[in-house]
Amino acid sequence: MDGEELTEHETALYDRQIRVWGADAQRRLSKSHILVSGLKGTVIEFCKNIVLAGVGSVTLNDDRVVTEELLAANFLIPHDENVYAGKSLAELCCHSLKDFNPMVRVSVQKGDLSSFSVDFIEKFDAVVVSCCSLSTKKLVNEKCRKVSKRIAFYTVDCRDSCGEIFVDLQNYVYSKKEDAEMIECRLEYSSFEEAIAIPWRSLPRRVSKLYLAMRVIERFEELESRNPGDTSIADLPNVQKLRKELCEAHSLSESMIPDALLERLLASTTEFPPVCAIIGGVLGQEVIKAISGKGDPLKNFFFFDSMDGKGIIEDISKVKAEG
Amino acid sequence: MASKQQLSAIKGSKVLMVGAGGIGCELLKTLALSGFPDIHIIDMDTIEVSNLNRQFLFRQSHVGQSKAKVARDAVLKFRPDISITSYHANVKDHEFNVDFFKQFNVVLNGLDNLDARRHVNRLCLAACVPLVESGTTGFLGQVTVHVKGRTECYECQPKPAPKTYPVCTITSTPSKFVHCVVWAKDLLFAKLFGDKNQENDLNVHSKDGSSSSKHAEDVFERQEEENIEQYGKRIYDHVFGYNIELALSNEETWRNRNKPRPIYVKDVFSSELASQNGNLDKSSNGDTPSLSAMASLGLKNPQDLWSLKENSKVFLEALKLFFSKREKEIGNLSFDKDDQLAVEFVTAAANIRASSFGIPLHSLFEAKGIAGNIVHAVATTNAVIAGLIVIEAIKVLQHDIKNYRMTYCLEHPSRKMLLMPVEPFEPNKSCYVCSETPLDLEINTHCSKLRDVVDKIVKAKLGMNLPMIMHGPALLYEVGDDLGEAEVANYAANLEKVLSELPAPVMGGTILTVEDLQQELKCSINIKHREEFDEEKEPDGMVLSGWTQPRAAEKNGKTAVDSEVSTSSASEAVPLETEDDDDLQIIPTITGKKRKLSDISNETKNKRKAEELDSKNDVVMLDDENSDMSKKKRQQ
Repeated sequence: MDGEELTEHETALYDRQIRVWGADAQRRLSKSHILVSGLKGTVIEFCKNIVLAGVGSVTLNDDRVVTEELLAANFLIPHDENVYAGKSLAELCCHSLKDFNPMVRVSVQKGDLSSFSVDFIEKFDAVVVSCCSLSTKKLVNEKCRKVSKRIAFYTVDCRDSCGEIFVDLQNYVYSKKEDAEMIECRLEYSSFEEAIAIPWRSLPRRVSKLYLAMRVIERFEELESRNPGDTSIADLPNVQKLRKELCEAHSLSESMIPDALLERLLASTTEFPPVCAIIGGVLGQEVIKAISGKGDPLKNFFFFDSMDGKGIIEDISKVKAEG
Repeated sequence: MASKQQLSAIKGSKVLMVGAGGIGCELLKTLALSGFPDIHIIDMDTIEVSNLNRQFLFRQSHVGQSKAKVARDAVLKFRPDISITSYHANVKDHEFNVDFFKQFNVVLNGLDNLDARRHVNRLCLAACVPLVESGTTGFLGQVTVHVKGRTECYECQPKPAPKTYPVCTITSTPSKFVHCVVWAKDLLFAKLFGDKNQENDLNVHSKDGSSSSKHAEDVFERQEEENIEQYGKRIYDHVFGYNIELALSNEETWRNRNKPRPIYVKDVFSSELASQNGNLDKSSNGDTPSLSAMASLGLKNPQDLWSLKENSKVFLEALKLFFSKREKEIGNLSFDKDDQLAVEFVTAAANIRASSFGIPLHSLFEAKGIAGNIVHAVATTNAVIAGLIVIEAIKVLQHDIKNYRMTYCLEHPSRKMLLMPVEPFEPNKSCYVCSETPLDLEINTHCSKLRDVVDKIVKAKLGMNLPMIMHGPALLYEVGDDLGEAEVANYAANLEKVLSELPAPVMGGTILTVEDLQQELKCSINIKHREEFDEEKEPDGMVLSGWTQPRAAEKNGKTAVDSEVSTSSASEAVPLETEDDDDLQIIPTITGKKRKLSDISNETKNKRKAEELDSKNDVVMLDDENSDMSKKKRQQ
C-alpha cells in the first residue's frame, strides 16, 4: 500500500483480479479514497465490492439509526437489537466492512452530506450518493466539480425492482488498446443538473421510460419536501398530476411514463435484494474503471428493470443534445 | 421489492445450490436476503487465499476449510432463521442421485467446470427439476434457464471442448508460448518429478522412431556419483540442447518452419563458473518457509520478464531445490498451480524452450495463469450474475414460463445494453442428452480397443462417469461396487480387446447402447468402420458425430431480442470479443429456425447468441482425460 510495488500478500490476494485489469490498475486502486453516503442495500453491495477490490479507503456517511426496513437488504448488520441498538447505519456497516479486507481503511463521517465543505470533498477521488434529495445531489456534484482535481461523482437509486445510476466524470481522458495500438479517448460528461435540464423532447426517441419516471418522482419529492424514498401508492394521483404538467411543458406524450411504472416506483420502499446486487455490481465496476483509468466508463445513465431484465445505458448529456 | 405472489412462492421453496465459490457466495447471500427459507449447498473445495478477493463470505482465517460450511455459517450470521444445509462433497457422488434432486423446486449452479455442469444437467433432466445455469469470466457473464421439455437443456448447444494440442506440436514444433508451457508441465515436469511408470512422450520426435526407449529412460535417471548440480545441468543440456539437435537432424520437419536453436548451459553462462550457481543461494539453510528459486536468486516480481540467463538460473535452482529439499515427493508430484516451486520450474523451462524456438518469453505471473488454467475473476460480475440468477429462480418458482430469460452480461454495450435478456430456445431435437438422438462413431474396429471408446468417447465426450456399454443384450462393460470378481476380470479383459474381437463383436453397423445409471442418461451409438484417420486432425483415431446444433438457417435479416421490439431490417449481432487464441472467446453462433418459447408469433427469428462462457475447461491444456500424452486415470 505504501511504496510503489504491491506487496506479496496483495499479489496473492488480488491475483485473480490483477489478471483482469493489471497490476498498475491495482496499484492505483490501492491509493484511492471513496466517499459514500446513503447506506441502503444497493450501496452496501457497492461498498462490499470496492472494499474487496482493494481501494485505499472508504468513508461512510449515514447517521440514520437502524430500522427493520433499512435492514431488509443489508447483509452487514445482524438482526440483533443488542448489536445494533443506538448505533448509526454507518457505524455498524463500517465495523463489518473492515472485515472483508483488512488492507482497506474504512471510516465513518458524521453529519449532513449537504454540509460537507469543498475542502472535505477534495480529499476524495470518487463520491457516491444515494437516498438524498435532488438539491443535495446537485450541491455535492457542484462541489466535486469545483476542485481542480477530478472527482468522479455518482448517484444511485433503487425503487421497487428498478435501479438508476448516474455518472459524472467531467472531462475524462483515458487510453485503451484497439487493434494492438494504444489510443486515447476523451469523454465529456454533464453534471447531474445539466443532464436533467435537457428538454425531454431532445432525448433519444426510445429513451428508457425509467429515466422519465424517476425525474417525475424526484421532482415530486422536491416539491413536497419529502425525504428521499418517502412515497406511497397514495401519492399516485398527485404524481399523475405532476406528470401531466411536466409532459405538457416538455411537449411529450404522457404515455411515455406509464401508470404501472409510476405505481411500482411509488409503492415500494423496500429494496429488492437481487436488484441491489446487480446495481451495486455495475456501480462497483464503474468506480473501479474510473479510478484505475482502465476500461470504457459508462456514459452517463444506467437503468435496470427486473421486469424486462434489460440493463440499459442512456447518454443524456448536454453536449450531445446541442450537437 | 418482491410482490406478494413472489414472496409466497419464495417462502414455500426448497432450493439447491451447486458451488460455493465466486458465484456461490454472492448467490447464497442474495437468496438469504430475498427470503429463501431452505437452501442446500454443495461444494467439494476448501478455501484458498486467491479466493478472498471475491468470495467475501470467507476470511483469511478460513483458509483450508470447507467452502460450503463456512459460507453457510457466514450467512446464518445475518439471517439466523433460515435453514442452510451444507455438503462438503463432490456433486458427482452417489448420494446426490435423482431422488436427492427431486426434493428441490429449482437447482442453481455456480460451477467452474464443464464436467460437473453436464452431470448436474442430466440429473435435473432425470428428476424433472428446472436448472438455472451461470458462468463468469472477468467482466463477462451469463445466466441461462433450463426446463425439461420446454427449453434447451444445458447440453443442447455443444460446449467448446477443452483445448488440446497435437502431440507433435508439443514435442517437436511449438509455435506458441502455450505449447512450451504444456511441454514443460505435462512432459518435462512429469518426467522429472512425476510417476516414473507413466508413459511420457518427452523423447518422441515426429516421424522419428529411432530413439530407443531404454536409452531415453536412462538419461533422466540421476547417476550414482552425480551431484544435484551436475544432474541439473545434464538435464538442461539434454532437453534444450541435445534433443533440439536431434530434432534438427530431421530436415523434413523444418522445411517450412523456423528452425529452433539448441541451447546449452555453457552458452548461457559462458565464462562464469558453472558452480557459481550454487553460491548465489541466499537462503543458506533449509529453513525458508516456502521453497522458492526466485527467493534464492533475489527475483522479486512475478510480473517481470526474465532473461534467458535468469530463466536458466531459475530452472537449475528449482531443480536443485526439488532434489535437495523435497526429495521425498519426487516420483509422486503432479503440477499444482499453488506450488510456487513447481510454477517457477515450469515457467523457466517453458521460457527456455520458447527462447530456443523464437517464441516471446512470458513472466511467471502469465505462465502460471496458463499452466494453472487460472480464470480471471472479479467480485462485481459475480454479484451481478447472482442477482440475475435469483430473479430467474423466482420466475421458475412461479412457473412464469413466458418470462424466463437467458441474460448476458457484456463488457461493451450492444445496442445500449450491458445486460441483455434473450428468450430461451426450444429443446434441440438432435440433442442426445434430452432428446435421445443416436450418435455416429467412425472408428477402426480392427485397431481401436474398447478401452479407447470408453475413455475417449463415453467418459470424455459424453461425460458419463459410471458407464454401462451394451451391444444388444450383451453387456460389454460396466462399473459398480456390486460386481463380482469374475465380472470385473471379464470387463477388464474386454477393455483390452479391439472392437471386432469382443465377445459380441462390434463392427460397422453395430449399434452400441451406453448408459449412465446415476445420470439416468441412455444413448445409442451407431458404429461406422473406417480405416484411416488423420494424425493431426483426428489424433484420437475416432470421430463422433450426429449431435448437431439446430441447423443455421439462411440469414433473413431479421433480428429481435424480445417480443416488444418490432422486427427491423437491421440485423445486429452480439459483439465479438476477440482475444488471444489461448483465451476464452465468445463466438456468436448464428442460430435459425428456433422457435421462441412463448410461441406467440410464427416468425422465425434469427438470433446471434453469445456462446456459453465456460471456465477453466476452455483453456485446459492436454487434459488428463482426453490426452494422448498421459494415460493416468482420473480418480473418481
